Amino acid sequence: MAMTITEKILAAHAGKDQVVPGELINARVDLVLGNDITGPVAIKEFNRIGAAGVFDRERIALVPDHFTPNKDIKSAGQSKIMREFAREHKIVNYYDVGRMGIEHCLLPEQGLVGPGDLVIGADSHTCTYGALGTFSTGMGSTDIASAMALGETWLKVPESIKFVFEGPLKPWVTGKDLILRIIGDIGVDGALYKAMEFTGSTIANLSIDGRFSMCNMAVEAGAKNGIVPPDQITRAYVEGRCRRPYRFYQSDPDAAYAKVYKYDATKIEPQIAFPHLPENCRAVSDAGHVEIDQSVIGSCTNGRIEDLREAAKVLRGKKVHNNVRLIIFPGTQDIYLQALGEGLIEAFIRAGAAVSTPTCGPCLGGHMGILAEGERCIATTNRNFVGRMGHPGSEVYLSNPAVAAASAIMGRIAGPWEVE
Amino acid sequence: MEFKGRTWKFGPDVDTDAIIPARYLTTSDPAELAEHCMEDAVPSFPPGFKQGDIFVAGKNFGCGSSREHAPIAIKAAGVSCVIARTFARIFYRNAFNIGLPIFESPEAAEDVCDGDELAVEASTGIITNLTTGRTYKSAPVPPFMQEIIAAGGLINHVAAKLGRG
Repeated sequence: MAMTITEKILAAHAGKDQVVPGELINARVDLVLGNDITGPVAIKEFNRIGAAGVFDRERIALVPDHFTPNKDIKSAGQSKIMREFAREHKIVNYYDVGRMGIEHCLLPEQGLVGPGDLVIGADSHTCTYGALGTFSTGMGSTDIASAMALGETWLKVPESIKFVFEGPLKPWVTGKDLILRIIGDIGVDGALYKAMEFTGSTIANLSIDGRFSMCNMAVEAGAKNGIVPPDQITRAYVEGRCRRPYRFYQSDPDAAYAKVYKYDATKIEPQIAFPHLPENCRAVSDAGHVEIDQSVIGSCTNGRIEDLREAAKVLRGKKVHNNVRLIIFPGTQDIYLQALGEGLIEAFIRAGAAVSTPTCGPCLGGHMGILAEGERCIATTNRNFVGRMGHPGSEVYLSNPAVAAASAIMGRIAGPWEVE
Repeated sequence: MEFKGRTWKFGPDVDTDAIIPARYLTTSDPAELAEHCMEDAVPSFPPGFKQGDIFVAGKNFGCGSSREHAPIAIKAAGVSCVIARTFARIFYRNAFNIGLPIFESPEAAEDVCDGDELAVEASTGIITNLTTGRTYKSAPVPPFMQEIIAAGGLINHVAAKLGRG
């Protein structure tokens, strides 16, 4: 029977020839992830299980990235719980401050996740790795604790929804704009419990970083996972990088989908998601006059090298508006170094931006850029819920990096074409 | 397994940042999390709240983050169960794993008003509105999942089964 790429990966990990949507399976996991918020809870639960040890010390990744470098005594205590657990169980993939990155930028970069893998993580944006043709999904700490002990987890096989994009993209349009457009169309529960598969000639020509941004926000439509069929662009990224053998799966031409959405990509403009849901999307040109106090470029959605290059294209030789704080977060130490080598960091600092070590900090209102009551921020992050970046009376507008950079220069929401 | 209490009504897409803002995630202590449950969504909460009261919400309850702190905060605040039109996927799983009973019922989510007294029978999935006399259906909680809830969560349940409880 015909299967989608998601169904094929799940079947392979459940030791079955085929699976069908709705079926409950017990599946082997290739990697289990935890961070400094969810990890300590998972560790507490893991210890209560009474397991002799972790199922495989090479297949667990622990990344303290949310409140790090630690912002206060309590968060330092959470990180300490992870550090001690990593030492006790000799966890190979533990990344401390100075060697770390934002988990969903770091794991693919370090070759810990690859095409055909099944990955679960105690972070909702674990779905990012679908960009490589991986099945990956977020779960809670208890599920992660049990997977750390057993190396397996139960899953319900999701139905798939296919999104087909055809045609070349307009200037300044990125993967971020495509996923925002989708969420704007189907809503924040438009793909609830489903797999989102992104295909078509636009996606076939989309960079790997653009694909990461798209799959990253699948959860913002309620999806279980987002996935892109692996191809030559995937191969160029994973070749020589993946630490384990990988496998390319493809959907059968006659596979069944719950729905198929078709987009003419040539008509899509850079998008802005207005407060307080990612589904409140409109084109930048329809945003109207919205003054901002802060601009944040980075995060697991848009903290990769291509994102920083886009921002630098806009910011080089310009100055950040007097009323705006621009904060830029490279996703990992390696991305930071690459950006230094390319002169991007210097361009940011000369423009008047603050450049930070990798952290999730501002995206979730943790630290490093909290908003006061009544303040507005444009951000390349993934959520704009009430109070997401600080005071419940503050506002977050989501965009791609070039738009966030142009807005920082103009002091209001603006397209990059306005500062050229 | 029956739950009885006053309804606290919420709209659609109640996200995990509303349930427990990230600024409080430097702890996983249930009592501490409970103090901040829903504080950005309902600044006046919880005066008037009694142990055993029930949350009723629209679609996609618990969307956003995978933080298990969200159902933990609701449970530790004393909420006996949550009824919604639909639940976000990760929240649904987390709720059972930590022993918070939840029920999907579009009918109840539509009809129940803030302040209504409800009675929910887990084994049948029947929700009775004691204020209006109306009843609503939801999927019954299967016996093994009732056992998980009664044990206080999946890990307690597994530990008890292994004879360590």
